[in-house]
Amino acid sequence: MISESAKKTSRAAHAPSGRSSDLQGLGEPVLVARGLSKEFRGFQAVSGVDLSVARGSIHALIGPNGAGKTTCFNLLTKFLAPSSGEIIYKGRDITRTKPADVARLGLVRSFQISAVFGRLTVLENVRIALQRRKRGDSFDFWRSERVLHALDGEALALLEEVGLAAYSAAPALSLSYGRKRALEIATTLALDPDMLLLDEPMAGMGREDVEQTASLIRHVSVGRTILMVEHNLSVVAELSDRITVLARGRILAEGDYATISKDPRVVEAYLGARHD
Amino acid sequence: MSDVVQSPASPSSLPDSRAKTPKAIRLYLGVLLGIAAALVALPFAVYPIFLMKVLCFALFALAFNLLLGFGGLLSFGHAAFFGGAAYVSAHAAKVWGLNPEAAIACGALASMGLGVIIGWLAIRRQGIYFAMITLALAQLVYFACLQAKFTGGEDGVQGVPRGHLFGLFNLADDRVLYAMVAAIFMAGLLAILRVIHSPFGQALKAIRENEARATSLGFRVERYKLAVFILSATLAGTAGATKAVVFQLASLTDVHWATSGAVILMTLVGGMGTLFGPIVGAFVVVGMESYLAPFGAWLTIVEGLIFVTCVILFPNGFVGALAKKTAR
Ligand SMILES: Nc1ncnc2c1ncn2[C@@H]1O[C@H](COP(=O)(O)OP(=O)(O)O)[C@@H](O)[C@H]1O
Ligand SMILES: [Mg+2]
Repeated sequence: MISESAKKTSRAAHAPSGRSSDLQGLGEPVLVARGLSKEFRGFQAVSGVDLSVARGSIHALIGPNGAGKTTCFNLLTKFLAPSSGEIIYKGRDITRTKPADVARLGLVRSFQISAVFGRLTVLENVRIALQRRKRGDSFDFWRSERVLHALDGEALALLEEVGLAAYSAAPALSLSYGRKRALEIATTLALDPDMLLLDEPMAGMGREDVEQTASLIRHVSVGRTILMVEHNLSVVAELSDRITVLARGRILAEGDYATISKDPRVVEAYLGARHD
Repeated sequence: MSDVVQSPASPSSLPDSRAKTPKAIRLYLGVLLGIAAALVALPFAVYPIFLMKVLCFALFALAFNLLLGFGGLLSFGHAAFFGGAAYVSAHAAKVWGLNPEAAIACGALASMGLGVIIGWLAIRRQGIYFAMITLALAQLVYFACLQAKFTGGEDGVQGVPRGHLFGLFNLADDRVLYAMVAAIFMAGLLAILRVIHSPFGQALKAIRENEARATSLGFRVERYKLAVFILSATLAGTAGATKAVVFQLASLTDVHWATSGAVILMTLVGGMGTLFGPIVGAFVVVGMESYLAPFGAWLTIVEGLIFVTCVILFPNGFVGALAKKTAR
């Protein structure tokens, strides 16, 4: 599978949309983790991970199931407290920051399992994010929700960006899986985050949806930094500037696709995982 | 998702998204008008004292349901707010000689303060732990009421004067008293509807639907939960304070855990998370207690059997079942 995807890479590298060409122009590190570790009752899920994500890049985190990728995301966005290590975002120590405040700093995550507000409409899903960004806190329980209609236009524009405008009045739970994921991206974009953490944005999608989502990610990556967990290696090869391979909670290799796909330890980790 | 990143869909979808709203609003207004009409008509058919008891408990259940249905928090100690406020308003009316509206406001404010404390302590816990902490703290309030001087121990505060509303209207007249209780109930109901349909309510719904996602959007979830907890406590207190004035009595029954249980029952029977379900639930539970009184000690068993039947037949409560039927 690795070698097959590697062929695709070389093709992607020549494609006009390939990002590898502007790799040199990438900025300073925007998110840095040092010695990040997490232990669950004696089980070391993540150990001593050093990660540095360059501003404006698409950085992929790959590795077999159970490698600790989601745990890493939870640590970086403070949904889990690290057992040790530190996290710096935009030069600021966020190791003790609360998850909602991390989001307010512009570091926004998605979830491996699709996360929409099911009984809210599609429009309301996006609007709730706009509400948070534009109004700050909403403790005004005495005011009519009609004031939120001021945000409808912008919410609809975001839905149009991901092709969901036609479903704006439908409850989010009625959407197909792929559309739910598109809605999540629109909701995340409503926060206008500087950095996105996407946990397996294409898991469970058919080939067509994968292609749509890949171009959507490339589209939203303009002016933003993206850290992404993804199993679809051809997508990873096509999209990412830099790849970190995680196995058993440790970093196994790091580099661009050409480098890591030739790394024998990476090949072994993937083959080993497939034998399980 | 074949249309992701395609050309923008036609803007004709916008009117669509609003087309639904008027229908929902009409249904809403219809129900509200129905309730208002019932408030006017019922005293001619039903014993007003019974009605006032139902209304006090209905407001209590509405307050509880605000927390459970929209905050996603199951409190097992709401009697602390209901009963605590009853004691304070009874004391304010009897000892301080305040007008009934001022006494009720004192009770509500006391519950608000109690809500800040209990909420702050409990809000960080989830599910059953939250329920246990609210129960434990409510038991503390119960023992405080048992021990404190001003609560009158086992006797409670008796002979609370009803007084004159705003110093003008004599509440000794049951019709005037009823008008006040109905007005308080209606104001409470409208307040809750406003909370639910406010920007705050919208944030609450998002948190209820997916707490982790709401957090990842930057909502400081605990603060919203604390805020809705305090609102719920204040409204529960308003109900309890009013009850003390109506029955001229605040007693240990009001702060007893069984009262916390009763309000849960009302909400479940009426339909948890439905807007108007708790009102129906309060009617059923209070009605059963009144009309099944001749059964004496058997009351609990008969009640229990009826509830079990209800829950089996209508797992979503009466109003939940009705809503499902009309939706079809
Ligand atoms: N909350 C938790 N408690 C205990 N073990 C956990 C928890 N979350 C994850 N793990 C374990 O940590 C390891 C890494 O999980 P995860 O980060 O989800 O892997 P990945 O996302 O790479 O597939 C797995 O072995 C998993 O069972
Ligand atoms: Mg994972």
